Amino acid sequence: MYRELFYILSWRDVKVRYKQTIIGAAWSIIRPLLTTIIFTLIFNKVAKLQSPGAAPYVLMVFVGMLPWQFFSNSLSEASGSLINNTNLITKVYFPRMIIPASSVITGLVDLAISFIILIGMFVIFRFLPPLNIFFLPFFILIAFVAAFGIGLYLTAVNVKYRDFRYIIPFIVQFGLYITPVGFNSDIIPQKWKLLFYINPMAGVIDGFRWSLLGQNVYLPGLLISTAVSFLFLWLGVYYFRHTEKSFADNI
Amino acid sequence: MFTMSSPVIKVENISKQYIIAHENPERYTALRDVIAKKAKKIFSFDQSMRPAQKKKSTEIFWALKDVSFELLEGDRVGIIGRNGAGKSTLLKILSRITEQTYGRITIHGRVASLLEVGTGFHPELTGRENIFLNGAILGMSRNEIRKKFDEIVDFAEIEKFLDTPVKRYSSGMYVRLAFAVAAHLEPEILVVDEVLAVGDAKFQKKCLNKMEDAGKKEGKTVLFVSHNMAAVKSLCNKAIVLHKGQKLFEGDVFESLAKYMAFDQSEFSHSASFARAIDPAKKIYIKEASLVDDLTKDFFCIELHLKIISSEQNKVGINLKLKDGMGFPVAFGCSHYFFPELHSINKGENLLQITTTRLPLATGRYKLSIEMVFPGIEQLDFLEDCIEFELSHDAAAKRNYGIAQEWGNGAMEIIFERLENN
Repeated sequence: MYRELFYILSWRDVKVRYKQTIIGAAWSIIRPLLTTIIFTLIFNKVAKLQSPGAAPYVLMVFVGMLPWQFFSNSLSEASGSLINNTNLITKVYFPRMIIPASSVITGLVDLAISFIILIGMFVIFRFLPPLNIFFLPFFILIAFVAAFGIGLYLTAVNVKYRDFRYIIPFIVQFGLYITPVGFNSDIIPQKWKLLFYINPMAGVIDGFRWSLLGQNVYLPGLLISTAVSFLFLWLGVYYFRHTEKSFADNI
Repeated sequence: MFTMSSPVIKVENISKQYIIAHENPERYTALRDVIAKKAKKIFSFDQSMRPAQKKKSTEIFWALKDVSFELLEGDRVGIIGRNGAGKSTLLKILSRITEQTYGRITIHGRVASLLEVGTGFHPELTGRENIFLNGAILGMSRNEIRKKFDEIVDFAEIEKFLDTPVKRYSSGMYVRLAFAVAAHLEPEILVVDEVLAVGDAKFQKKCLNKMEDAGKKEGKTVLFVSHNMAAVKSLCNKAIVLHKGQKLFEGDVFESLAKYMAFDQSEFSHSASFARAIDPAKKIYIKEASLVDDLTKDFFCIELHLKIISSEQNKVGINLKLKDGMGFPVAFGCSHYFFPELHSINKGENLLQITTTRLPLATGRYKLSIEMVFPGIEQLDFLEDCIEFELSHDAAAKRNYGIAQEWGNGAMEIIFERLENN
């Protein structure tokens, strides 16, 4: 019964997102593309960083941009989701987790659209992804787990402390600097690596590059990122369940 | 299958507590304030410096206190009581939106709660899409909605606009569609909160009939909160009277209504008022309006205080319109019918006092709309339904009972006796 509600709320979020703006779908393409171009100019042309392996730098940046966009969009959408659905929460009962979950699903749809662009780029650069591509769903799952876990936590905190939402754009922006979107994780010095991979998206992006471009992956780092993602999920679910009962009173 | 004697809802000693923080008039806590407060605590070495802070200025408020009752299958129960009696809290707890502080509730069967029509309607989506969305939110499966789709569209009378976004609907169409979806719910237990206070009279009747069918013919358990005593009377066979969070009476619907009326003796439940923010866009507007509860009078008349802000000299007429609990207009009056000249308004703040003659109104709820006009030329400001009040028992009628609103509707003119600057 609640599964159907979940489908329909996700469908609503997606539909409304693409209905409201004229550039709707275009927006979710233009933004990562422009950022990719700028990052390539800065990191490749100005800072003279190189892409390891055969893939051109632009491609490397774009492949990193996909999960990052998904993560940051989902996080911003999910964190405000409960507040934006106040009317539902105060009038109907259903498992509250459906709401942030459906906003993360919206992020997945954006990700799917970006993949079409990626295929186009593969064609333009005449690049054939390796067989590792079959592992891609696993990395998408990790990205989902991380985004959902942190999103759950943030949205629950947001109900209680309404000014918390101003911090979220900062978290996202800060995250971009410590995440290997514009550069490759190879350049991180060995002694900092373990710390670097506490960021769940670091492992996910490495995973994306490994499965789509055949670049190296640092296995201990990947494991740390995966573990941290699931830790966040557990924390998020725990905190959410804990505060869920008072949402209708506090919101 | 339950036998008629087994309770479908068993409520045992439930209480709901809210903590009201007086130091924090905003609706939510800001993290900024929490941090600031913690920081203050750390840095203020001398705790005795702040005695006010040590004393917690929070207040415990019991929205419900120790309420118990049982509902049998097929019971149609009206919950009545004044504003703040705990009716809505009770419904929210029964529909699991919020949790009781103490007590236990056992429910057998699927509950559908209708605390509002059109919950989750999205203005950007079409009528068709909203039917599915709203249906799912109310707990219908997609198959169920598909099966009932035509019936819903028929009921709402919106075939032509099915693929139009609901933001382009008139408010009547919107409400009809919203109610149509809700009316086709088929739960075992239906919890309804005053959603009937919307829509035109014809449609209200249709909805009441639909709910009556659900209760009487289909044997569903219905819990119904309303200020519309006529609706309660025609729909329910039992009633629970709540007062200040406690159960005052429970029993047969006629008996309960009589008990409620008798208990609700005082002339007027409260003096109601209305205020709004400064509106720089308007040259002249009503900033505040309050209805005065004059206890020295033994009859009811409208005694209204208005604060009017104007950016220039002006002359205005004031129109008053009264609607009953069902939303039907019952009385209307224009000041310029009674006074030879329009009332002069000075630049800046103006305090006006309006008194009418005795209004021999039936008991029940009323909504007052205030309109400021330059008669026949321009509507300067209109506050629709800005003040709500409840009237019970008109002592001047020299009867020991009040004529209830729901006995029938009449219309009358409001007579102005006095209008002058304060």
